Amino acid sequence: MAYNLKQVMNKPDRLTGGHRMCAGCGAPPVVRTILRALEPEHHAVCGAATGCLEVSTFLYPYTAWKDSFIHSAFENAGATISGVEAAYNAMKRKGRLDDTYKFIAFGGDGGTYDIGLQSLSGAMERGHDMVYVCYDNEAYMNTGIQRSSGTPKYADTTTSPQGTVIPGKQQFKKDLTAVMIAHNLPYVAQSTLTSNFKDLYEKAEKAIYTKGPAFMNVLAPCPRGWRYDTPMLMELCKLAMDTCIWPLYEVENGVWKLNYKPKKKLPVIEYLKPQGRFKHLFSDENKNLINDIQESIDKRWEELLRKCGESS
Amino acid sequence: MAIRERLSGNEAVAVAMRQINPDVVAAFPITPSTEIPQYFSQFVSNGQVQTEFVAVESEHSAMSACVGAQAAGGRTMTATSANGLALMWEVLYIAAAMKLPITMSCVNRALSGPLNIHNDHSDSMGARDSGWIQLYSETNQEAYDNLIQAVRIGEHQDVMLPVMVCQDGFITSHAVENIELLEDDKVKAFVGEYKPEHYLLNSKEQIAMGPLDLPAHCFEHKREQAQGMMNSKKVILDVAKEFEKLTGRKYSYFEEYKLDDAEVAVVIINSTAGTAKTVVDSLREQGIKAGLLKIRVFRPFPEEEVANALKKAKALAVMDKAEGFSAVGGPLGAEVKSALYGRAEGIKVVNYIYGLGGRDVRADDIEKVYNDLLSIQKTGQVGETYRYVGVRE
Repeated sequence: MAYNLKQVMNKPDRLTGGHRMCAGCGAPPVVRTILRALEPEHHAVCGAATGCLEVSTFLYPYTAWKDSFIHSAFENAGATISGVEAAYNAMKRKGRLDDTYKFIAFGGDGGTYDIGLQSLSGAMERGHDMVYVCYDNEAYMNTGIQRSSGTPKYADTTTSPQGTVIPGKQQFKKDLTAVMIAHNLPYVAQSTLTSNFKDLYEKAEKAIYTKGPAFMNVLAPCPRGWRYDTPMLMELCKLAMDTCIWPLYEVENGVWKLNYKPKKKLPVIEYLKPQGRFKHLFSDENKNLINDIQESIDKRWEELLRKCGESS
Repeated sequence: MAIRERLSGNEAVAVAMRQINPDVVAAFPITPSTEIPQYFSQFVSNGQVQTEFVAVESEHSAMSACVGAQAAGGRTMTATSANGLALMWEVLYIAAAMKLPITMSCVNRALSGPLNIHNDHSDSMGARDSGWIQLYSETNQEAYDNLIQAVRIGEHQDVMLPVMVCQDGFITSHAVENIELLEDDKVKAFVGEYKPEHYLLNSKEQIAMGPLDLPAHCFEHKREQAQGMMNSKKVILDVAKEFEKLTGRKYSYFEEYKLDDAEVAVVIINSTAGTAKTVVDSLREQGIKAGLLKIRVFRPFPEEEVANALKKAKALAVMDKAEGFSAVGGPLGAEVKSALYGRAEGIKVVNYIYGLGGRDVRADDIEKVYNDLLSIQKTGQVGETYRYVGVRE
């Protein structure tokens, strides 16, 4: 069925408003869009790693989650939800349960790229019928903007501060989507917020309704950590796509597919400029660093085009 | 009719797990508990249980998957030892705080470092404040019986806490001894079905578990959790009584061995109690009033009952197979001394550290302890209260 924004938006919201996430944060619209992809009659158990999303949506005695929800720790969202799915299988087998349930774990980049990577890898390898969503805001935002392995090169964070000698983070961003693709999962996708939410919604639908483990890596900007004006959220996501810093693609049963190819590929500078975390790159002595970023992005974009069978 | 068998402690635990037929078992291999998930996965492969076996990539994930599974509404079990238990540490506290009655078989082994695969109690003793009920087992029979009772204790609505059933690595876990098993249907009837009041997979009620819990509420939640541990004292005895009716085997907070009129007594945990009992017997033959108290329930700690049982002794040795590194003794020593304070003062108490890293504990060692006690009784001089036995100094 063709995507219809109005129809999708009319589906029940499964994460209510009134939670404590910041204005201009990418995570809540990411979660809402993904949960809308559930069939309304299907139940879900959602889980989250410790992080902004968890502490802001489930502060005792209030929860913003309309589905059953569990949080246990920072590094174990994958394992925790895998346990829920295991119990579901056993209870179904023993005839104690009729309803259809879906299982979705959410983690930030800290809880996914770093501390939760082993738990995620284990859960995916074991083949649980679940979706793991990384809402990637490229640093430990909940503890106050510390660098993670998901933080891009030269970003200014509180543990990779730009100083008079070192201009921000010294390492490139880990390619977690590639790591998860190497697990040979039935479905892996990279997405972000687009103006009609189509890309994310359709990928969530595929991830949820593909049997077996699925992984989604979703760029979710953070106004505090990236230092942009809150209304710029959607524009930044668009710039990430148009500069090819965050390409939209999916790998379904080993088949790579590029979902968005900008008509005109923009220079990375367009994406870097509105963000305070890259402000120091615009001084005279640091300008070559932007070239370094551009070269790396170009190289990776070319590689992706090749893998997806696209011409450059 | 009970079934007479010969099994190792690990086999006994695996058989109990097969008979309980839990919904989920999530486990990771670690010596000496590895055999438990091995045997159990064979039961799964042979269709003898309907359990979902989750072969996780670490003990941290084992306990995390147990948390998810038990929260979902499934009866969940695991097994581990030493560093495996240590890797679970963070999640142990979460399981207890979430009131999830997970059952764990902890096969006691020395916690690194140095790396050592043999028995002492440093692993479970380190987890003593994690909010888990802890039952200790001298023999394979006790490991089997305790595991079956553990399910009922933890799942009782007044308790709702996870339970750790401990036995000594290799000494009990790998030694094959006679055992009396229950029939499968009797175990099934005894444990019943797990029916939690709230659970994630209840389609009639959506719930959220594991919130951020700030100072306005967190304190009350910890107080409730403590109440579960306090309530477990009665439940442990009730379940033991029911189990005795079924098996004829009697359980309580601890076992008293020739303690009634004992003047010199030892307090001890797990398999070394067996060695100590033979020493008590030989001392009794010599006319020495020696006795023994073997702890079964360490959490909750049966403070008043322990003090009452020991109050007639003149000199007492508390034996710890774990260092506390408090520079004054081990964890059991601290608990027993605290129990006696104000209840049975005047007893001379010494605390021994023994058998660390699997150092063999022989009847000679225990005899030495009783001889020390006799000398304390005779002279009235306690001397050093923090002692080691069986170590080369």
